Amino acid sequence: MVASRTERLKAIAVVAPSVGAILLFVYVFIGWTVRTSFSQWRGILPDYTFAGFDNYIAVLNSPRFMINVWNTIFFTAFFLLTTIALGLLMAYILDKGVRGENFFRTVYLFPMAISFVVTGVAWRWIFNPTVGVNAILQTVGLDALVWGWHTDPSRLGTFHLALIPVIIAASWQLSGYTMAMFLAGLRGIPADLIEQARIDGASEFFIFRKILFPLLRPIVFAAMIVLGHFSLKIFDLVYTMTGSGPAFSTDFPAIFMYERTFRANQYGQGAVIAVAMLLLVSVVIVPYLASTLRKEKA
Amino acid sequence: MRTRIIVLLAVLALLGAPMLFAGGGAEAEEDELEIFSWWTAGGEADGLEAMFEVYEERMPGIEIINAAVAGGAGTDAQAVLATRLQGGDPPDSFQVHAGQTLLDTYVAPGLMEPVTFLYDEHGWREVMPEGLIDLISVDGEIYSVPAGIHRSNVLWYNQAIFDEHGLSAPVTLEDAFEAAEVLANAGVTPIALGDTNTWPATHVFESLLLATLGPDGYSGLWTGATPWNHDGVYEALTVMDEMLEYVNSDHAALTWDEATGYVADGTAAMTIMGDWAQGFFTAEGLEPEVDYGWAPSPGTEGSFLLVSDTFGLPRGAPHRDNAVAWLEVVGSREGQDAFNPLKGSIPPRTDADRSLYDSYLRSAMDDFETNAIAPSVAHGAAANEAWADDVNSVMSFFVSERDVDAAVRNLVNTAAEHL
Repeated sequence: MVASRTERLKAIAVVAPSVGAILLFVYVFIGWTVRTSFSQWRGILPDYTFAGFDNYIAVLNSPRFMINVWNTIFFTAFFLLTTIALGLLMAYILDKGVRGENFFRTVYLFPMAISFVVTGVAWRWIFNPTVGVNAILQTVGLDALVWGWHTDPSRLGTFHLALIPVIIAASWQLSGYTMAMFLAGLRGIPADLIEQARIDGASEFFIFRKILFPLLRPIVFAAMIVLGHFSLKIFDLVYTMTGSGPAFSTDFPAIFMYERTFRANQYGQGAVIAVAMLLLVSVVIVPYLASTLRKEKA
Repeated sequence: MRTRIIVLLAVLALLGAPMLFAGGGAEAEEDELEIFSWWTAGGEADGLEAMFEVYEERMPGIEIINAAVAGGAGTDAQAVLATRLQGGDPPDSFQVHAGQTLLDTYVAPGLMEPVTFLYDEHGWREVMPEGLIDLISVDGEIYSVPAGIHRSNVLWYNQAIFDEHGLSAPVTLEDAFEAAEVLANAGVTPIALGDTNTWPATHVFESLLLATLGPDGYSGLWTGATPWNHDGVYEALTVMDEMLEYVNSDHAALTWDEATGYVADGTAAMTIMGDWAQGFFTAEGLEPEVDYGWAPSPGTEGSFLLVSDTFGLPRGAPHRDNAVAWLEVVGSREGQDAFNPLKGSIPPRTDADRSLYDSYLRSAMDDFETNAIAPSVAHGAAANEAWADDVNSVMSFFVSERDVDAAVRNLVNTAAEHL
């Protein structure tokens, strides 16, 4: 496309403010955080004296940080798995032409519209070990299933069982969102393709496995990126639902960062945790951006 | 084309104009006083309002701006305050806990102005205990004015349950375990704990440290005089481990007030909690000495583990004269007697009007005058926030894993880092 000089200037004038804002509020602040992470800033007033890797060593040696890393890995894995599986299932069923599809679609989507703070408080009470789900389980005689939920500090290897209620709450909130994504994807698949397969005698499962799922793969990928970067930064849901949990069983880097920075006034160490989170998110985002860019060039 | 750009610029200018005016409007007015705190609800807010009234009588025509920030036992407020101080925009006076929170966080970086002159002018040194003044002084200068005192080491118990089982308030740790055994055998939860926010566990731990080390040994932990691998620390953790056997099973799901509720409604018999718990009992309509009783937490008779809310004078306060007048109200008998009965705390001044206070507060006032005073760590008096946060972290692991040796090791390590 050939543009005249004025057209090009106009384009630059339109884009410049947002580019400037992004440069300032994203990249300058990232740089600032990195600088703080190498500084001796502890206490209220900034102190940018170079501290080398002192803060990094302190954070990496903290048992809480290692728990954070494992919790993030397990939470992200199970949260993605359940949300995508449930979303796909709901979309598949709705796509079959259930009566009242509009009604169900709205119902499934609603949780996404609620603030995480509200969800956190609600689920905190649902899983309360004395008055919550346990009380229901006891009345129906399923005492074997009664346990401490998010207040139980036990673990399997490095997996804290207290994460299970948090994963359930987060999946409840976002399955509807993945459902909407998959539903859009399913509607985009030409019906005659499936019709043809059916005429050729393919089973429903075969159609799903060999036709629908491959065509939905880009959506699975997109969902993983959106939900993944989101679960790596999770804060409000967990903070209101369980806090850090007993022995930090439901602790996440964002909570650690908040408390280290604003409760303990260890700004340097807080910045280290922020940098660690940035690295975690880039592990997910950078390959995605790279592949998108490659596609655009091709 | 050019006209369009001009229109665009005009729109931008119009959008920008109110911002400029807003900036101008925030400039300091002469007849204002901005007070920062995290007292936003209940008796605390009422108490603050009562002090404001005393101020308005003395300083008519000055508009008080109540810049209180809610939530998180002051955590969120302190984050806001830090941002304001970093930005060079201090309030005229702010609420701050006596002890290391004041001295290490605000005084050490030079953010506070000494207020020793007020103590000299008004003779406050004669009416406030030395142990308290020490907690707000560095190098002979005093840096804040205490408004109220809370006691951390208090054991609260349900009077009906104690009567039913023929128990009296336990004095020593042995008494407490004997009572707990009797109650456990009778099917009553002996001790209520609600440590979902971790600090209540640290709160119990500091009372036990005070019991096993005594006030001097305990205070020495925070100055390096007492080593953290002292037998008393092992003993306190061992006692805590035993105590956790008698605690409600859902302790990890409860907050401190829910646990106090267990004692109020008879689900549990006793709990170790600061005397702000009394406000909770009162709100439930319970009568002191009839429905509930109290004693110093087991083994700490003669010691007063202190939490004190004070107000200081930040450097560069926009209305310094008004702020000094405010501090004069905070330190006055009139101001303290207006604030404390509503807040449910005792006045730092020992010459207060006793008839305004209920029976619990009167007993605490007696103890405050005669007991050895020690600083609380769970509430920011004994150690700076970083150290207190580390102690909380050790306790969070300890309550779940109950490993005394690991806890001592970690406490020794964090102490080495902060001393």
